[in-house]
Amino acid sequence: MTAQKLLSTVGFYALVVVIVVFSVFPFYYAIVTSFATGTELFKVNYLPKSFDWGNYQSVLGGRNFVRSIVNSVFIATTTVVFALFLAVTASYALARVRFRGRGLLLMAILAVSMFPQIAVLAGLFELIRFLGIFNTPWAMILSYVIFTLPFTVWVLTTFMRDLPVEIEEAAIVDGATPWVIITKVFLPLLWPALVTTGLLAFIGAWNEFLFALTFTSSETTRTVPVAIALLSGASQQEIPWGPIMAASVIVTVPLIILVLIFQRKIVAGLTAGGVKG
Amino acid sequence: MAINDGGLSLSQQRQRAAFWFIAPMLAALFFVAAWPLLRTIWFSLTDTALSDLYGGEWIGFDNYLSLRVLDSGRWIWRGTLVDADWWNAVWNTVRFAFVSVFFETVLGLIVALVLNAEFKGRGLVRAAILIPWAIPTIVSAKMWAWMLNDQFGILNDIALNLGLIDQKIAWTASVDTAMYAVLMVDVWKTTPFMALLILAGLQMVPRDIYEAAKLDGINPVKVFFRITLPLIRPALAVAIIFRMLDALRIFDLVYVLTPNSKATKTMSVISRENMIDFDKFAYGAAQSTLLFAIIAIFVSLYIWLGKVDLSGEGQR
Repeated sequence: MTAQKLLSTVGFYALVVVIVVFSVFPFYYAIVTSFATGTELFKVNYLPKSFDWGNYQSVLGGRNFVRSIVNSVFIATTTVVFALFLAVTASYALARVRFRGRGLLLMAILAVSMFPQIAVLAGLFELIRFLGIFNTPWAMILSYVIFTLPFTVWVLTTFMRDLPVEIEEAAIVDGATPWVIITKVFLPLLWPALVTTGLLAFIGAWNEFLFALTFTSSETTRTVPVAIALLSGASQQEIPWGPIMAASVIVTVPLIILVLIFQRKIVAGLTAGGVKG
Repeated sequence: MAINDGGLSLSQQRQRAAFWFIAPMLAALFFVAAWPLLRTIWFSLTDTALSDLYGGEWIGFDNYLSLRVLDSGRWIWRGTLVDADWWNAVWNTVRFAFVSVFFETVLGLIVALVLNAEFKGRGLVRAAILIPWAIPTIVSAKMWAWMLNDQFGILNDIALNLGLIDQKIAWTASVDTAMYAVLMVDVWKTTPFMALLILAGLQMVPRDIYEAAKLDGINPVKVFFRITLPLIRPALAVAIIFRMLDALRIFDLVYVLTPNSKATKTMSVISRENMIDFDKFAYGAAQSTLLFAIIAIFVSLYIWLGKVDLSGEGQR
């Protein structure tokens, strides 16, 4: 190996190390902080020094945080189920049936997913007040349709376009109706895509902040992001960094595990959708 | 193909079924997107208050711009378009969007090139860069707020030890540095997404092109600018537009990391503040309508100038 080649190999691996450290360090430091209490919290420790579950106890001991987790799980699950249900049939039609205006319709759906959410905030606020669902989980479930539905339709359409045409032709020859084709022929093939899309939509709903902040008004109806953002200490000046970090770790670890398990599929789904989940 | 079913041909049958498959989705999108958007625009033309949503009266474009001539002959302009706070927010948003997307594109390209190379531990690196992406924005804002803390923050400690700064900086509180803090966190969080999109483009480039270039002894830098970059241009264009749209509407990171800082307040933040917190509902609606218009114009220009094929229909 020549000196130049050695140098470029070392440089390459140095770059790899820098990328990994930059990506992982903030979360690592949040974990370290979440186990520090009292004065230990206010010393800068690069390595874990103390191992104290106190912050976790104080976060989980307060009733409202557990309540927020329950709220978030309910809202995100319901949103995803609803979006997938509407998206499967719609994307079959968009991917498999030729009709006039299809390209335009796809562009319109994409345009909705690019909406600045603030632009619909006033109108949604009125709608939610009108329906009487302000400060309930249904306010979020309704408003999250605006970004989960276009995203799932878009990704499932690209997935379905790539399925071979022969299987569908065979079913048509056998006299299957479009509904039978979707449920009996396509759905079994689509499971992987559904899991990926559903997971990405779930993450999107789990992380949403603007609507959840605006459409809730009491601590018991908050979702996780709102609860963490508004977690306050005994006084206005004192920010409870320990419990905040513990709460952050609690809500992030399941997501990271899911993402790492499904990472290949997620990368495929993200690049097919081109939309941030 | 004449399978007769009430006189309809097969393709007519299919189109009819397609209509019923698409209709519920369109109805849902109309209900949560189109209708609220129209109502927002309507509100922006009234003087509606948050406490009385149906008591507003039509005032035309007064929330945007109005002129009153006093008896003394003085002209007084009012409305968002002459509101210094609004223009400050516009400037903040535009600056944030361009700077963050620029860095995310450059760094994302570097990370994507690394991930596109064959080396041991590639899977590990890909898993590592997915972590910032998977962390909720609010959580990353809090994590970084803690690391950027003026007294106990680890970043000040590192910078002091390395001799980069000689005194602790209040990153998120100071007007001079708040924007850097927001940019830092956004670049950290979103570069992985950019890298993955670019990587997908890179993987479409046939490997033998590189082999051929290598055999001809062409400089790798030249290969990158002459071959790779032109070939991934469509993927790059799509990635940039998605990021740009996301950056222009940024709300949560700014709201949590640098609350009430004039130096970072974006269009989304100021609109919501007026709408909900300051009880200037219609005024906030006017500002969010302007943001919508800006984004719509930006997208049309980009698609028109760049001839970007977003729907992917052209590839088929």
